[in-house]
Amino acid sequence: MSSTNNAPPSTAAASKRPKYSKFTQQELPACKPILTPRWVISAFMLISIIFVPIGVAALFASRDVIEIVDRYDSVCVPANETDKVKYIQTPGFKTCNRTLTVPKHMKPPIFVYYQLDNFYQNHRRYVKSRNDQQLRDSKEANSVSGCKPEDYNNNSAIVPCGLIAWSLFNDTYSFSRKNVPLNVSKKDISWKSDREHKFGKDVYPQNFQSGSLIGGAKLDSSIPLSEQEDLVVWMRTAALPTFRKLYGRIEVELQENDVIDVTLGNNYNTYSFNGKKKLVISTTSWLGGKNDFLGIAYLTVGGLCFFLAVMFTIIYLVKPRQLGDPSYLSWNRNPGWH
Amino acid sequence: METGDDGIEKSPGVELNSDSSCRRRFPLTLAGALSRNSVRELGIPDELERKRVRQGWSRGGNSEFFSASLKEISDEDARVVYINDPERTNEQFRFAGNEVCTGKYSLITFLPRNLFEQFHRVAYVYFLVIAVLNQIPQIAVFGRGASILPLAFVLFVTAIKDAYEDYRRHRADEIENNRLALVWNEGRFQSKRWKDIRVGEVIKIKANETLPCDMVLLSSSDPTGVAYVQTINLDGESNLKARYAKQETTSKSPEKEKIGGLIKCEKPNRNIYGFMANLEVDDKKLSLGPSNIILRGCELKNTDWAVGVAVHTGRETKAMLNSSGAPSKRSSLETRMNFEIIILSFFLIGLCMAVSTGAAVWLKHFEDSLNSIIFFGKQDYSQEKAKNYNYYGWGMGIFFTFLMAVIVFQIMIPISLYISMELVRIGQAYFMVRDTDMYDEASDSRFQCRALNINEDLGQIKYVFSDKTGTLTENKMEFQRASIGGIDYCNLKASSQGVGYTVKVDGKVMRPKVTIKTHPELLRLAQNGKDSVGGAYIHDFLLALASCNTLVPFVVDTSDPAVKLIDYQGESPDEQALAYAAAAYGYMLMERSSGHIVVDILGEKQRFNVLGLHEFDSDRKRMSVILGCPDKSVKVYVKGADTTTISVIDKSLLEHVVDATENHLNSYSSMGLRTLVVGMRELSPSEFEQWHSAFEAASTALIGRVALLRKVAIDVETKLRVLGASGIEDKLQQGVPEAIESLRMAGIKVWVLTGDKQETAISIGYSSKLLSSNMTQIIISNNSKESCRKSLEDALSMSKNLIPDAENEHVLRGPDAVQVQLALIIDGTSLVYVLDNELEEQCCLQLFQLASKCSVVLCCRVAPLQKAGIVALVKRRTADMTLAIGDGANDVSMIQMADVGVGISGQEGRQAVMASDFSMGQFRFLLPLLLVHGHWNYQRMAYMIIYNFYRNAVFVFLMFWFTLFTAFTLTTAITEWSSMLYSVIYTAFPTIIVGILDKNLSRRTLLKYPRLYGSGQREESYNSRLFWIMMVDTLYQSIIVYFIPLFAYWNSTVDISSLGDLWTIAIVIVVNLHLAMDVMRWNWVTHAGIWGSVIATCLCVMAIDAIPFLFGYWAIFHIGKTKLFWTLLLIVVVAALTPRFLVKVLYQYYQPNDIQIAREAEKFGTFGQVEQSELEMTCMMET
Repeated sequence: MSSTNNAPPSTAAASKRPKYSKFTQQELPACKPILTPRWVISAFMLISIIFVPIGVAALFASRDVIEIVDRYDSVCVPANETDKVKYIQTPGFKTCNRTLTVPKHMKPPIFVYYQLDNFYQNHRRYVKSRNDQQLRDSKEANSVSGCKPEDYNNNSAIVPCGLIAWSLFNDTYSFSRKNVPLNVSKKDISWKSDREHKFGKDVYPQNFQSGSLIGGAKLDSSIPLSEQEDLVVWMRTAALPTFRKLYGRIEVELQENDVIDVTLGNNYNTYSFNGKKKLVISTTSWLGGKNDFLGIAYLTVGGLCFFLAVMFTIIYLVKPRQLGDPSYLSWNRNPGWH
Repeated sequence: METGDDGIEKSPGVELNSDSSCRRRFPLTLAGALSRNSVRELGIPDELERKRVRQGWSRGGNSEFFSASLKEISDEDARVVYINDPERTNEQFRFAGNEVCTGKYSLITFLPRNLFEQFHRVAYVYFLVIAVLNQIPQIAVFGRGASILPLAFVLFVTAIKDAYEDYRRHRADEIENNRLALVWNEGRFQSKRWKDIRVGEVIKIKANETLPCDMVLLSSSDPTGVAYVQTINLDGESNLKARYAKQETTSKSPEKEKIGGLIKCEKPNRNIYGFMANLEVDDKKLSLGPSNIILRGCELKNTDWAVGVAVHTGRETKAMLNSSGAPSKRSSLETRMNFEIIILSFFLIGLCMAVSTGAAVWLKHFEDSLNSIIFFGKQDYSQEKAKNYNYYGWGMGIFFTFLMAVIVFQIMIPISLYISMELVRIGQAYFMVRDTDMYDEASDSRFQCRALNINEDLGQIKYVFSDKTGTLTENKMEFQRASIGGIDYCNLKASSQGVGYTVKVDGKVMRPKVTIKTHPELLRLAQNGKDSVGGAYIHDFLLALASCNTLVPFVVDTSDPAVKLIDYQGESPDEQALAYAAAAYGYMLMERSSGHIVVDILGEKQRFNVLGLHEFDSDRKRMSVILGCPDKSVKVYVKGADTTTISVIDKSLLEHVVDATENHLNSYSSMGLRTLVVGMRELSPSEFEQWHSAFEAASTALIGRVALLRKVAIDVETKLRVLGASGIEDKLQQGVPEAIESLRMAGIKVWVLTGDKQETAISIGYSSKLLSSNMTQIIISNNSKESCRKSLEDALSMSKNLIPDAENEHVLRGPDAVQVQLALIIDGTSLVYVLDNELEEQCCLQLFQLASKCSVVLCCRVAPLQKAGIVALVKRRTADMTLAIGDGANDVSMIQMADVGVGISGQEGRQAVMASDFSMGQFRFLLPLLLVHGHWNYQRMAYMIIYNFYRNAVFVFLMFWFTLFTAFTLTTAITEWSSMLYSVIYTAFPTIIVGILDKNLSRRTLLKYPRLYGSGQREESYNSRLFWIMMVDTLYQSIIVYFIPLFAYWNSTVDISSLGDLWTIAIVIVVNLHLAMDVMRWNWVTHAGIWGSVIATCLCVMAIDAIPFLFGYWAIFHIGKTKLFWTLLLIVVVAALTPRFLVKVLYQYYQPNDIQIAREAEKFGTFGQVEQSELEMTCMMET
């Protein structure tokens, strides 16, 4: 009907017209990136320029690291022992002697690691079997939730509880060079943050390894957990089934062709799951240990990007396309219809 | 629509016709249309209608209305109301009180009910099942807190939102319930709160008050018992509607005597245009119809007071029964997406199976030595007797591993996507509503988003079904031409804009509110030539225009006290246009009361008795009025659609006049004018007597009243003398031709469905650029099934000849210039045959094939349900998206049927708007809606879905790879908090921001080049190919992110938390940069979102690692000090994204799609050339 409606006049005053703003009209100033050939080529070029040097540096760093790896798990079992598991489970300290030759001059700090292969420190049952409250607070000695099956022994709580602590690595190494003992420093091998905040200064081991089955190392119950550095290192569970843990540091230089005698206590049972045990003596670089992978990866990516940059330059020169040329629009592209 | 014998008589109470009733009631969806009186739409036979309803074409469950149609109200169905005796009324029946409660919850029921409702969503149930699974100790993967947090968060936020909304509803209810009304009590009218009103009470309403409940009108301040109400709150129509009290009750008032009586009425229902009841008063039995009831929510206008008896109260009132929300639809993209989600769930199951298989092999291998594996700790030695700890054998181990894998990999199914999508749609709706381009100045209305979940469908529309009147046109009728006595008077040519005709009454000048241009010759003849033959014609013609209507004149004050305006209130714009035209020529309708009208004829007031009035109905398509003239003669004036009215004209009389009139009619309709024929006849006293007795009998009949009345009408409307014809112009809305052209350029097929006749439709088609001269028109207009089928076959073969084959479908889509274009014009009668059941399958298919070959389809003379039928015809046979746009109640069924329904909030009430998904003020707003917002929304949503699949899957794969290195035990290197926060905080915001704000092209470009819309129609942004490419990319990226650090840290002392932190940060950076690479438009919000997310992730990781009692204390700070960490981060990000970048570059450079070209053109300003080529093409189209 014509303009004769009886709409209340009040609407005239308050118009519903939306207020104009750049935001509501979706017209905020904006950058509209377009991947132009120049842009793409320079991006690939830039990546290769950055990546190739890093790759070379990483490779050099890795080559500079001197690493001595000695697998001893099978050789340290007497040849006449057929059942390795049984051998390792018999009580008593089992010693074993190894000699290592230093291939190249090694500068301190020289790190001593033990490496376990096929040991799933990240196994779900294992990772969860600890109680972080108990470790840091002496009042929480009885909180053992999550620690099963190593929570109580003879009905009293174990400190530190759980599978991780129970299975503390207990092989020992002592080194000598030309019959002169090499000092291995075991100070500061763990994270400072762990010693200060995660493991209490007033929490002492209780009831530990007193059960029928001994999993690993015992702890001196007069030393607080925060100073039991081997435990602190062990409790930082490894990410991968092949891992190294820091055993100590040798603070003296080792010369090329030095012969090092290692007396090791072979006590830890990895035989039941075919785990390997290795002793590693290694220097470090700015990138960490000996690992060529990163350098190769950088060189690969850098090289690939260089190749792409060159390819694009060639393609661009051979078969250019004018950007924004309307003749490429789908409805302009097929003039041949009918 | 005016259908069959169901016309609801709301005629002014003619003395003889003391009441009227509706024998038939209709479902609400159709009902709105019944009240319209214009000669607009064609009816459809009842059989068809019933069938459609049975088939559930309209909102279901209402078909009982039909079966009840001709029955009296049976006692058990009735609701008995004792007037003025609420105690007795409520004694037997428990009627609802008048208290309304629209709030859903109370304080007590809130928690359970709200939770119950929230868990209707599958997503939440999935969340819950996973969370519950995680509570089982054997398979608990995450801590309790971490696993419940996301679900709790979502539930909490939704509950807060619901609670707030409900609180507002409660507040509104309280205000409503405590309003006061005057209720008859203890001998006087007392104020009573609305919520205390009971059925049976007598209530008095004063002018401009709102009605508290549905009442039967008993009396009003008008002695004849007329009361006017405005129903704007109910159906949005702002005109006044007359409601009538029964003659028997008008004289009574509670003050004078106690009113007693009994009303038997139907059970409460939703039909606001129907009411059926019987009133027993003073031993008389009267029937009540919809014109006797005033409904809650209406306002009393132009009436000092009205008294009525409450029959429906509270939630049983029609207003309350009708307050339901918009229908919920699901977008096609979402339906599509659900398919991919099923694929993803197969992935999930696959991963879980892989893990459990691995676990099975591992456990089998070590089964014998498990006891002595230190890190497995199978046995618990703390007790005397060693027993297994948490180990239930090999089989259970596998089973638990499977369940745990489901928990760990749960986000493979991107549940958070549903929530993100909702947020994004709200954001998109915000911008659509606020778009100034879609604001209608004239009606001061904004664009409205009523359905929130189909925004992206707007970008994929292939068919637009449009109503004509009010949608393409303004529905503002303008009287343009008249043919009177065979002479054509054309306003267009010789027009003079005068002040218009005025009348002086009591020293005051009365003017019609709307002045129109007058034809000077006609004006002169009308005023002077009364005695000539032509003059007599003109007199009768103008008198017919002034009297043969149902308009009510109101006097409106103006700023000048000496000038008053006459405002014609009525429901048909055509009638108003005609009455204003008559007034302009000096025949001014001054007064209408029941029984008589006063017409000011050239300054002289004349009183005519309205002896009878035959309402418009869609069978006759005409109305007539029987007037007792001052000179005691009785005359019948008829006006109606030409097809049906010409046939009742006595052609033997004045043959040349009839011929000339018919010629004029043809020329009018070819000009696109709406035509009406006016005729008259004088009744001899005997004829009058005969008619009178028949009319009286019919109008008091209890059974079959409508049919009887129609018969009476047909009997009296015969042997008419033709007076002339009128041509009314309904102007095209602004911008319609351009809009239609753009839509067609965009590859959208426009179908116009109109009630107009063929010639009018075609002429409108030309003026709206729907049809062009180079099109081949196929016209199907038949009167029998056989001929219809035949012409359909012919047309199909012809179209096949013209357009070689369907294999060229893609050619068709690109509307190329040289292509032969077909236009199909089909009329309603033929459609009835096609849509009819018997022929349905074959014929429908043929029609569809034919129609899909045509670029334009014009359906004329269609009825509302046919409109829905046509939409259904297309919808059933193609997966293409359909959009229906309309403004009136007759479009409701079509709007609901289409995938997307758009309502025009125009002249015809709000029925269409209420049923629609989107509403707007003008047809041309379809352009910004579809081409701009639809395009954007589709691109955004499609990208967002793909991206969300990717970002969750890449994370799951990352965790899966790690699982392979943990003896398949589902340890997560990434902390449980990080894995919960990953989809909530680390990566959620950027995708939502991009989903709301990113634009691939500017508004200007999109509007200028409508063909860019095709990318949505071709599903370029979301398809299986993209999905699988994305999955391959996902796999690759997860491998890079996982294995590069793995190999770099092999044989090292790295601990699980440090490596986990590296993976967390690396994956978040990769995922965010992946998004950043695809962002088309960087504004500050996008920058903030993406970089903010990366920073937030780092902060969160640091915060988590700063909690001493958590496992990974200080890990990030340790690893962050090493150079290896940073070098790894760099290479991981570069190596993961390079292939994607490469593919993207290659595609964009060597296989650019239209959008890419347009983006480049936009950036480098090469669109000048585009314009040129565009121009050439248009030229080619013209030729």
